Formats: sequence, C-alpha cells, structure tokens
Amino acid sequence: MTDSFVTSVTPDGERVPSHSGEPLVVLSEVNKHFGELHVLQDINLTVHRGEVVVVIGPSGSGKSTLCRAINRLEPIDSGTITLDGQPLPAEGKALARLRADVGMVFQAFNLFAHKTILENVTLGPIKVKRMKTAAAKQRAMELLERVGVANQADKLPAQLSGGQQQRVAIARALAMQPKVLLFDEPTSALDPEMVNEVLDTMVALAKEGMTMVVVTHEMGFARKAADRVVFMADGQIVEEAEPEKFFTDPQSHRAQDFLGKILSH
Amino acid sequence: MLVSEFLDTLSGYDIAGAYWVNLKLTAFAAVLALVLGTALAMMRISPVTSLRWAGTTYVNVVRNMPLTIIMASMILVLWPQLGLTLADDFATNFFRLAVIALAVYHASFVCESIRSGVNTVPVGQAEAARAIGLAFLPAARLVILPQAFRGAIAPLGNTLIALIKNSTVAAAASVPEISVLMREMVENDANFVVPIFLTIAVGFVIIVVPVGVLTTYLSRRLAVSR
Ligand SMILES: Nc1ncnc2c1ncn2[C@@H]1O[C@H](COP(=O)(O)OP(=O)(O)O)[C@@H](O)[C@H]1O
Ligand SMILES: [Mg+2]
Repeated sequence: MTDSFVTSVTPDGERVPSHSGEPLVVLSEVNKHFGELHVLQDINLTVHRGEVVVVIGPSGSGKSTLCRAINRLEPIDSGTITLDGQPLPAEGKALARLRADVGMVFQAFNLFAHKTILENVTLGPIKVKRMKTAAAKQRAMELLERVGVANQADKLPAQLSGGQQQRVAIARALAMQPKVLLFDEPTSALDPEMVNEVLDTMVALAKEGMTMVVVTHEMGFARKAADRVVFMADGQIVEEAEPEKFFTDPQSHRAQDFLGKILSH
Repeated sequence: MLVSEFLDTLSGYDIAGAYWVNLKLTAFAAVLALVLGTALAMMRISPVTSLRWAGTTYVNVVRNMPLTIIMASMILVLWPQLGLTLADDFATNFFRLAVIALAVYHASFVCESIRSGVNTVPVGQAEAARAIGLAFLPAARLVILPQAFRGAIAPLGNTLIALIKNSTVAAAASVPEISVLMREMVENDANFVVPIFLTIAVGFVIIVVPVGVLTTYLSRRLAVSR
C-alpha cells in the first residue's frame, strides 16, 4: 500500500469522494456505428482523477464498446476522447504509447497463454517502457504479491484458476503504471466462489485512489467503491448518480426496469 | 545372381550424393521460404490495407502456378533475359536459382500455414497486447507469432514434406539431383527399371516419414494450453 495513490484515503481507510480531481478522461459527443447499428450515441462522459465510475446497463447497450473506445481498441466515428488533456492519436506509435497509459482488464482475462505469470507482467514494462529486466521483475513480483498470486509466478496462465488469472491481469495492467484502469465485466466469466477475491483487489485499488471505469453488475462493488454509477441503454447514457441514490431511487424508467430485473433474481 | 548384379549396378552411381543435393535444396529453400512466408503472413494480418492486398495477391498468384513453370522461368527468363546471376560457377548459379524458385513457391504455403496458426490464437491475445501499448510489429513478434507457430507446426510440416518431394523439380533447372540420376540409371540399365524406381521411392520414404512423425510429435508437445 505504499503507492502514490494513497492520498485520497482517510486514516480509517474510508474513501473520500474524490472527484475534486481534475478531468482525466473526457468523452465529448462520441458516436460510433457498427454498420446500421448506432452503438454509441452522443456520449458525454468525464472521469476525474481518482474517481471510480461504474457503468451498468442491459446487455448490448454499448458498455464494452465504450470501454474499448476509450483506449481505441474500437475507432469512433465522431466526437473526441481526451486523456489528461491529450486527444487520442488515430494510429501508430503515438497511439501505442498513449494506450500504455490506459490499463484494460478483460472479461476473459486474456493473459498471454505462452508466457509465464511473471513474463505476462514484465512484458509491457520491458518492451514498451524499456525498463531494465531486473527492475521490471522486481516490480512485477511486488504487484503479484499485492494481488496475492506471487507464489504462482513461474506457472503458465492455464495452470491458474480464473480468479487468479484475473488478478494477474490486474497486476499486468498496473505494471504499466496507467493513469486510468478500464474493467470490462471483470467477474462475469468467473465461478461464483472466485468473484470476491477479484472484487476485493479492485476495492483495494479504488481505496488507493486509482482512477477506474468499471463495467459490472456487482452492486456490492458499486456501493463499496464507486463514486458514480453511469447507466447505459441502447447506446446512450440514460442516467448518472451516486451509487446509493441510483440503486434506491433510479429516476428513468429504463433504469427502474433494469434494476427490477437484476434484483428479482 | 540377379540381386548382386543389381547391387553392383547401384554401386556404380552416387545415389547418396544425389539425395544430398535434394536435402541441400530443401534446407536452403525451407529457410528462405520460412522467412518470406512469415513476412507474407504478417502482411496479410497487418492493419495496412495495401500490405494485406499485396500479401493476398502474392499467395493467390504463386500458389496457383505450377512449380515447373516457376522453375523454368528462373532458368529461361530471370537468368538469360534479366541477367540475374547468383554465382560465377555455372552449376552453383543454377543450384541457387532452383533454391529461389522452390522458396518463392513454398513461401505461399508457409504463409497460409502460419495464417491458420494465427487463427488458433484468440483475438483477445492481440487486444491485450495492444492494450499494454505494444504496436503491431512487437505485438506480432512477441505475442501472436510465437503462439501461431506452435499452432502451425502440423501444416508447416506438411509444407516441408511437399518441399522435399518438390525438390526434384530442380531437375528442370539442370540441377543434378536424384530424379536426374534416376533417369540416367534407367536409361543405362533398362533391365532394372522396377528395382531402380523402388530404390528411389524407398529413399524418399526414409527421408519423409520421420519428418511427419517429428512434426506430429512437436505439434502435440508444443501446443499452447489455454
Ligand atoms: N465488432 C462488432 N461488430 C458488430 N457489432 C458489434 C460489434 N461489437 C459489438 N457489436 C454490437 O454492438 C452492440 C453493443 O455491444 P457491446 O458494447 O458489446 O454491449 P455491452 O457490452 O453493453 O453488452 C451490441 O448490439 C453488439 O451486438
Ligand atoms: Mg460487454
């Protein structure tokens, strides 16, 4: 926990509503089509430094596309996305460099299958950040320690449980020292008994002041760690509110309807 | 006795030497084809449209052309018309031209083998590589190709086997390899046509079968577990 992120935590470990920070990720009038399908419609969203935003909404509403647009795994048709004041470059080296500042954790973990756990975490620092191998290894071991899988460092991803793999994926993203971390349904592919080990890791990160955009239906996580809930439906941001307010008193019909469905089972 | 007479005849020819020429043709062409085929495969999966087009065109043109035509064009066009000389010594020059013809032709099959290997790599691997800031080339080199090669061992092995057999087409470039020797033997010792054919055929089986066994073993052994 000796990270530069600790600033926004009070002595008793409570998270301070921290969006006093300046804007870090700013989407403005973002539009995106898949053929005829208008998946992102005039999206305006600002994520402040140190803020944790949970994105929630029905399947197919564009949540993954939103995440992927933020680090340009999907190109957008119109609008702008800036990171720390810089617009995202279209392609090439500049984009690759900027992508390193945006960490991404995928639903399917996507650990490099032919590399060991340690190599998964050191690859980016060595090849992208040109860090010395020894330093990268040391830092990777610290991160693996922190997410609780240091004892698996020499194994291959397929030898780990889903929960362990996802924690390694978080360590891999953290190793790049990103300005913001994107999570796309990080616990949806996990067996139920492994969900909490991943959520706990994420809550700890949030408390350390990491800026996070998290697509998830885990209300417990949203309540514990989020500053804001963004509700998406049919490619639009329909509603934004603090977690408690959103879950107890949703304003839009779409949100009421959606919460009714996920709460009823 | 007939058998000893046949063995006497055989000992009059340098069969091992001729096979050695085929193996050398194969080895040099295999290395070149692997390099060229990998480059073509990277072109075909690259984000640059013109490179993809060029890679696809190469594969479709070369793969559908008879190897004998490519071999002949080396000897009849590239060398005499365009003055492509690869060595001062006549025989070495023809040997090298034959290697290039074999490499150019088999590179298209290497490319398609590697591409089938790339298809065994889930798209999430490339996305994760991009997400940690790797550009296309380092992502291909560090993440995609190492897994693709391991998924492509079986088809690459088949391409190698085809290359071994196709090395006899170098006869069209006057390279003194085994099929040239066989024709010579048949002409000189017409009474032994069948045993000569069988001997040469068995030689190829002895070379090719271990390659198949080895690549099957390796493709299992090195498979990426997911
Ligand atoms: N690569 C793609 N090509 C075409 N349609 C896509 C693609 N990716 C997503 N879609 C469609 O876009 C819509 C939004 O998808 P997505 O962003 O994955 O939604 P969510 O993550 O909220 O479930 C869906 O209707 C989906 O089918
Ligand atoms: Mg999704």
